[in-house]
Amino acid sequence: MLSWILTNEQNAHGAAADTLHAAADSAAHGAAAAHGGEENLFTQLLHHIYDSRTLELPFYHNPDPTVHGLSLPAIHLFGIDLSVTKHVVFLWLAAVLLMVTLTLVARANAKRKVPTGLGNLVEVFVVFVRDEIVLANMGTGGLKYLPYLLTNFFFILVMNLLGLIPYGASATGNISVTAGLAVIAFFMIQIAAIRAQGFGHWLAHLTGGVHWALWPIMVPIEILGLFTKPFALCIRLFANMTGGHIVIVALIGLIFVFQSLAVAPVSVGFALAIYLLELFVAFLQAYIFTMLTSLFMGLGMQTESHGAEHQHGH
Amino acid sequence: MLDINPGLIIWTLVTFALLVLVLGRFAWKPLLQTLQTREQEIADALRKAEEAKKDAERMIQENKATMDKAAAETARLIAEGRAMAEQVKGDIVARANESARKMLEQAKDEIAREKDAAVQQLRGEVADLAVSAAEKILDETLDGARQKKLIDKALQQLPKN
Repeated sequence: MLSWILTNEQNAHGAAADTLHAAADSAAHGAAAAHGGEENLFTQLLHHIYDSRTLELPFYHNPDPTVHGLSLPAIHLFGIDLSVTKHVVFLWLAAVLLMVTLTLVARANAKRKVPTGLGNLVEVFVVFVRDEIVLANMGTGGLKYLPYLLTNFFFILVMNLLGLIPYGASATGNISVTAGLAVIAFFMIQIAAIRAQGFGHWLAHLTGGVHWALWPIMVPIEILGLFTKPFALCIRLFANMTGGHIVIVALIGLIFVFQSLAVAPVSVGFALAIYLLELFVAFLQAYIFTMLTSLFMGLGMQTESHGAEHQHGH
Repeated sequence: MLDINPGLIIWTLVTFALLVLVLGRFAWKPLLQTLQTREQEIADALRKAEEAKKDAERMIQENKATMDKAAAETARLIAEGRAMAEQVKGDIVARANESARKMLEQAKDEIAREKDAAVQQLRGEVADLAVSAAEKILDETLDGARQKKLIDKALQQLPKN
């Protein structure tokens, strides 16, 4: 049942992403067809959202006039393109920011009886993830996965927020990054389930507890169900983070389309509203990704009694 | 936009793994430790405060009971003292009355006895006087005139007595 909902949901997300893709494509096609400066602008502005081999920096101009911004090194290892791109830089920036800030916060909090300032803020989120996400979905048995889920929450949050500062980019607005996070979530969900109920039970659960004659139908569905959950996580985060950026780009682009300053107050006003919405979405999506991962892990951990019921059914 | 870049996935995995290791050791462990210690302390403090409150309430109750008992005891003692005083007073008054009555009776008896003695004595003396008077009269019995005179005299004296 749950798998069915998730599949449906994921279909809806997939559809949304497709529409998005189609819109971007048509914009690109339009630009190619019309060769007009205004149409080109949209595709140019959209490039701001895409990953790139260069990094835009304030007050920096590349000596090579054909290259926009600082060139990043290209790396190829074992036939895989491991080039450092803009999103990799922001991935690292988020990681470094978290390592430095949270280490300092942890030290400061350990010294004081009452946390202040940033320490207090971080603690609010830590307590929230522990009590409202992990304990609520997984019980006390989930506490050993708390470091993973905390890292997940803070990492996604900071990557989301980095896209909202000037010259910044959301690494989570890149489907490869969200796919990477979903791959980790997939393994964590399976590990949690296998550790809680054993490999045998985990395998038995793939049969859905139905009569063996139905296994040829049930087993593929259950295996598909394992993948749809993280797939939905991947698409949801990517689409949410990209969507807001595209709307802002489109709104600002209107000024250049109409080539009138009169449009500017309206465009900027709407863009500001969307920006504030994105600020909220940055927190919301970090929460949703972490909460759903925790929920799926919790479901896998609690199926022991579920499996026993199935055996009674036989 | 939707094309997957395997390199970026690998970078994500590597970065995340590193981040989990570093944060797990230098951030989450001390942060959660601090949190748990503080929560424990708060819970302990609350529990202790609750206990102290209960103790205080119990002591107030005890004090009140002691005070009540003392007040009751005082009241009882006063009442007892008062009752005893009343009784003593009654006794004293009764005894005083009794002794006054006795003294009065004694005085009466005394008076009666004195009176009897006086009457007795008077009787004796009157008899002696009568006898001596009779002797004198007998000594002087000579003439009838004189006798007559004496009888008259006696007769004259009679109504006066």
